[in-house]
Amino acid sequence: MKSRLRFVLQLSFTLLVCLFMIVPVAMSVMAGLTENYFVGLESGLTLRWVDEVWHLYADTIWLSIKLALACLLITTLIGIPAAYGLLRSRRRWANAIEELLLLPVAVPGLATALALLLAYGSYREFRGSWLFILVGHVLFTLPFMVRAVLSVMQTAKLPQLEEAAASLGASFRQRFFGVIIPNCMSGILAGALMVVTLSIGEFNITWMLHTPLTKTLPVGLADSYASMRLEVGSAYTLIFLVMVVPLLVAIQWAGRLTEQRR
Amino acid sequence: MSSSVSITLNQCSRTFAGGTTALQPLDLQVNAGETLVLLGPSGCGKTTTLRIISGLESPDKGGQVLFGERDVTALPIEQRDVGMVFQNYALFPNMSVADNIAYGLKIQRLPRAEIAQRLDEVMRMVDLQGFGDRRIDALSGGQKQRVALARAIAVRPKVLLFVEPLAALDAKLRDRLRIEIGQLLRELGTTAVYVTHDQNEAMALGDRIAVMQAGRIAQLGTPQEIYHQPANAFVADFIGAVNCLDVISTRADGGLAVHGGELRASHLQGVSTVYCRPEDIQVVPLDQADIKGTVVQSIFLGQSQRLMVDTGNASPLQIEAPSRQQWPNGSAIGLALPSHVVFHPDKPTAPVDAKEAANG
Repeated sequence: MKSRLRFVLQLSFTLLVCLFMIVPVAMSVMAGLTENYFVGLESGLTLRWVDEVWHLYADTIWLSIKLALACLLITTLIGIPAAYGLLRSRRRWANAIEELLLLPVAVPGLATALALLLAYGSYREFRGSWLFILVGHVLFTLPFMVRAVLSVMQTAKLPQLEEAAASLGASFRQRFFGVIIPNCMSGILAGALMVVTLSIGEFNITWMLHTPLTKTLPVGLADSYASMRLEVGSAYTLIFLVMVVPLLVAIQWAGRLTEQRR
Repeated sequence: MSSSVSITLNQCSRTFAGGTTALQPLDLQVNAGETLVLLGPSGCGKTTTLRIISGLESPDKGGQVLFGERDVTALPIEQRDVGMVFQNYALFPNMSVADNIAYGLKIQRLPRAEIAQRLDEVMRMVDLQGFGDRRIDALSGGQKQRVALARAIAVRPKVLLFVEPLAALDAKLRDRLRIEIGQLLRELGTTAVYVTHDQNEAMALGDRIAVMQAGRIAQLGTPQEIYHQPANAFVADFIGAVNCLDVISTRADGGLAVHGGELRASHLQGVSTVYCRPEDIQVVPLDQADIKGTVVQSIFLGQSQRLMVDTGNASPLQIEAPSRQQWPNGSAIGLALPSHVVFHPDKPTAPVDAKEAANG
């Protein structure tokens, strides 16, 4: 009886917490789909606001996707060799570098952005292009890629596999692409999903670095909240959710994949 | 199969960063087609020696590694044409059994038909027919090590190297795979170097054994030489069990007075300690005994029993006795030690007495 009561209490508490977090999201989504939020649902459902957002902000969405993919490409190209280097290097050095890598995550994004502005702001062309924002995003997301790949590398006994491959005549290139990369694929996948999600949602650094011509989705969101009808901002949020929720689900899935391999 | 090659190490030493010396300057010759076992406790330098042969590690400056006449010191492992079997299998988990075995063949870019034919051949040799499509994590430990073995021999290496390949397996499987590896090595005739800390493995597989201690070779010889004529007390103690008897005094007639009695061992004049193996000591009636003592413990081993006999010696003598006879603690026991079973590393062994041999 007692355990039953405890179960009911636990369940209701969990549901309460879920409601507390989900209701605002649901309300926001509804706001983006109702004709007039202040009148309520009676005013009818519509995709008008979503359509309007698309007309006003489509370029921010495309830019965000472009940034996320470019960011993914660069973090993959830098992150995997970096993780491998950390794996093979001496422990003391590796630890120091791993901690340094985390700095951009620990330091407020605004500070990182300010430092970038101070250092490179005077290069007009660069400062005005989307590549400037890309630098910020790479700084911020790289540690997540390195960490994800490194943790899988450490559990996969890679040095031994590499020795075995070498004894069979495989050159470094053959070992790297034939043995190392395939055996830390789950880490690369987890890192990649993380990088894309973080890049799409990144606001702090981007807000400091953007120009009116290089607005990303989150910056556009802030803009619409400040200057548009509530319904428009909410519809915008809806679009953001549609983009990000599948990525979050995929991250969970990739995480499970990694655990299974162990 | 491939023509075998000899291995020569000239003055190969290895010092790690931080100054620890893993290997003292070492000269070693492995004859073509021979299986040499490097045997010793952990940290003795046996694995380092093998890694220097493989090319995974380089000797300190001045060291030289030769395969046949060819100096391979500067070559990395992938250019040395070696096959290696590791303790933890080191199979590629992203590939099937067949892909693992064929990995080296694909690296060599052999024609597809030849790869298939060789795959078939080695899988038959290690008794893995029908396992080609299995995933690595669906195999037992013994099967994994067979795959590793097949993968190493598939490339027909000049030299086969084994790093404690059976250490991760349970006892029964270990025995079986040891026999199979022995047959395989004889069949292939490939020069092999085998690292282990297990003396049974060493004696069963080695044409010769190098017993290593603290970065040096303590003794290099056939299993028989190592066992019956150990070069020093360390080797005697590491290979099998050995009793050390303190010599109290030497008699004028050549007898050696030890605790509990006297030994006839005229070939061992002037030593302070003599050695003998537990299985070489015979239990005899008290009136025929060379040495008398008291049983302090008996350990039943199934096929025999190990008796600990106190004779007043610094450590009790270990004796291998038939398992059916009962020896309660405290009972008096008589022991015979024929002169040819008593030895000292610095002295030649005594010839087997014909009469004693006939009796024994």
